[in-house]
Amino acid sequence: MLAKRIIPCLDVDHGRVMKGVNFVNLKDVGDPTQIAAAYQKQGADELVFLDISATNEGRKAIVETIEAVASQVFMPLTVGGGIHSVADTQNLLKAGADKTAVNSAAVNNPELITQGAKKFGSQCVVLAIDAKWNPEANQYDVYVNGGRKKTDLDAIKWAKQGVARGAGELLVTSMDKDGTKSGFDIKLYQELTKAVNVPIIASGGAGNIQDFTDVFLAANVDGALAASVFHFGELTIADVKGQLSQNGVIVR
Amino acid sequence: MIVIIDYDTGNTRNVKKALDYLNLENELTADHKKILAADGLILPGVGAFQKAMDSLNERKLVPIIQTAAERGILILGICLGMQLLFDKSLEFGETNGLGIIPGEVVPIPENLGVKVPHMGWDKNRAVQADPLATVFDDQFTYFVHSYYVATDKAKIVATVDYGVQIPSIVSQDNVIGIQFHPEKSGQVGLAGLTKFKEMIQNEDYSRN
Repeated sequence: MLAKRIIPCLDVDHGRVMKGVNFVNLKDVGDPTQIAAAYQKQGADELVFLDISATNEGRKAIVETIEAVASQVFMPLTVGGGIHSVADTQNLLKAGADKTAVNSAAVNNPELITQGAKKFGSQCVVLAIDAKWNPEANQYDVYVNGGRKKTDLDAIKWAKQGVARGAGELLVTSMDKDGTKSGFDIKLYQELTKAVNVPIIASGGAGNIQDFTDVFLAANVDGALAASVFHFGELTIADVKGQLSQNGVIVR
Repeated sequence: MIVIIDYDTGNTRNVKKALDYLNLENELTADHKKILAADGLILPGVGAFQKAMDSLNERKLVPIIQTAAERGILILGICLGMQLLFDKSLEFGETNGLGIIPGEVVPIPENLGVKVPHMGWDKNRAVQADPLATVFDDQFTYFVHSYYVATDKAKIVATVDYGVQIPSIVSQDNVIGIQFHPEKSGQVGLAGLTKFKEMIQNEDYSRN
C-alpha cells in the first residue's frame, strides 16, 4: 500500500526561500536547491514551493527556481501561489514541477481546474483550499488571497466541485490551526476524506510528532505538510516517520 | 547514446535532467535516424493515452519504435510510456497502442477502498529474477497513475499491492516498462536508471 507522505513546505519570494532553513549547516540558508537537497536526504517524500512573490518579476523567478531544483533533486515537486492560467502551469511543469496548486484563481475561475486537468491530466492539478470554521453557518468557509478574503463557498462542497472538475489532489490548510502548533484539524480532514476519493494533504497546526500520528490515524489523509517545525529543526522527518512506523502507519 | 523520444508529452525533461545528473550521455529527439541508431531508448510520458498516441502518430514514430523493438534496441517505457508499449488502452474509449507487448491498459478499480489516482510512494516486490526488479525489490518508488497494465504473468517482473496487484515493472526480451517514475524516486530511482545504462552495455541485451 501507499506510504503516507511527509511534505515540507517552502515559502519562496523572488527565488529565495524566506525565513531560511537552519536544520543543517547550509552555506546559503535561503537557496532553494540546497534546501531541497537537504530535505531529500532527510527523507522528505515531496516538496511544496509556495511562491509568495508579489511582483511579476518574482513570479518569473519561481520558474528558474524549479528548473534549478529539478536538476539536482529527484522527488515530486509541487508549486503553488500565483498560478492564474494554464500557461503558468505549463511553464512550471516544463521547468520540472510535477504538480501545480491553484487556490484563489480557481475560486475566481473554476474552469482553470478543468482546463488544467484536460491539458496535463488530473495528476498535475492540485486544488489548494484555505478553510476556516464558521460556527454560525456550521460550515468551513473558503478564504482566498492568502487567507485575507472570505468567500461564500463551503470548503467541503468546493472540494467536491474541484474534484468533479478534475483536481487530482487536495491540499487543504486549516486557518484555525495554521501557526498554532496545536495539531492538525482532524474534523476537517475526516469530513473531506468522506466527501472525495482523491489524495488529501493536511496542512496547518503541526507542532509535535504526535500531531502527525494523530492526523494519519484519525483521518484517512495521504500526506501531512509542515513548514516551521522542519525548517527550524524542531522535528526531523526521520523522527516523525519513526513514530508513525511504530504506530502502524506505512511510511517510506 | 541513450535517446529519449521527444513527442511533446510532459515530464520528458525530468528524465533528461536525471540522466544529465548521472552523466549518462543522452539526447532528447524525435529524429527517426537517431532513434534507430541509439544504444538504448527511453519512452517517457505523462497524461492521456490517446493524446500520446496521436502525438506519436503525428511524428510518424509508431513504426520507428516498433522497428527499434524488433531490432533488439533496449527500450525503457516510463509511466504512460510503459502503457503505450501494450496493445490497447481503455482510457476514454479504446485506443490502440504500440502493440509491442501483449496486454491492455485498464482502470484501477475504485470499489476496493483505494484512492484513484494511485499517487505517492509505493513498495515494489520482485516476482521474477530481473536486473531492474532486483534494484527496486522492497523499495518505495513514486507512482502517479489511474490506469495499469493487464498482461500475461510471464511479462511481469515486479508488482505493487494497491487493492489489485499492479505490475510496476514488465519485461519482454529487450523491452522494459516501468509504471513508476524513476526520475522522481530519489536515490533508488537514479540507481535504476544507472542499471538501465549497464544493461545497454551488457551484450545479453543486444539481440539483433
